[in-house]
Amino acid sequence: MRPSHFLILLVFSFLVSSVFATLLRDDTRSRLRFGLLAFGAFVLSTVILGWLMSPFPN
Amino acid sequence: MAESRAETDSRGSARVLPACLFAWLLPGAGHLYLGRRAKGLIFMGAIGALFLLGVAMDSGLQLHLGFEDPLAVLFSLAQMAVGIPYFVARALGFETGQVTSVTYEYGNTFTAVGGLLNVLVILDAHDTAVGRKP
Repeated sequence: MRPSHFLILLVFSFLVSSVFATLLRDDTRSRLRFGLLAFGAFVLSTVILGWLMSPFPN
Repeated sequence: MAESRAETDSRGSARVLPACLFAWLLPGAGHLYLGRRAKGLIFMGAIGALFLLGVAMDSGLQLHLGFEDPLAVLFSLAQMAVGIPYFVARALGFETGQVTSVTYEYGNTFTAVGGLLNVLVILDAHDTAVGRKP
């Protein structure tokens, strides 16, 4: 089975955001908030960068 | 008061080295040793998953030491920071990875980032042991 690039991005963003949120915030509520924000930032910035690079495939 | 503080400090400093060592050997183990169970389990799950998924995506785990390729040395050190799982995966024959695999670079990214995150976790375990963090 070959996972899609987008699925790999989602999994990577989720795992890294979880670690950052746990490291940088102390209570559950702010961890959740920070984690969701970091996850969104990872995914959105990657999609935007990918879109900006799409005219230059090589 | 001063005595009890000194006692607490010495107890804290005695736990620094084992906490950092456990944190390096197994992601999250340093926090478990310090009694931070939730944090430890989250680190163990997330960093463990990053490393295992990286290996499953055909990451290379070669050990580069020497001056001919400094970037490869840094990459090896980043992967090695995961601790025991890195050496176990190498011993089980996952050392070379598969360069031709579509997911090879993804795998490399997962394993190296897992190791780099574990460096942050080791520093967090240190700060927790000395009492700088709750």
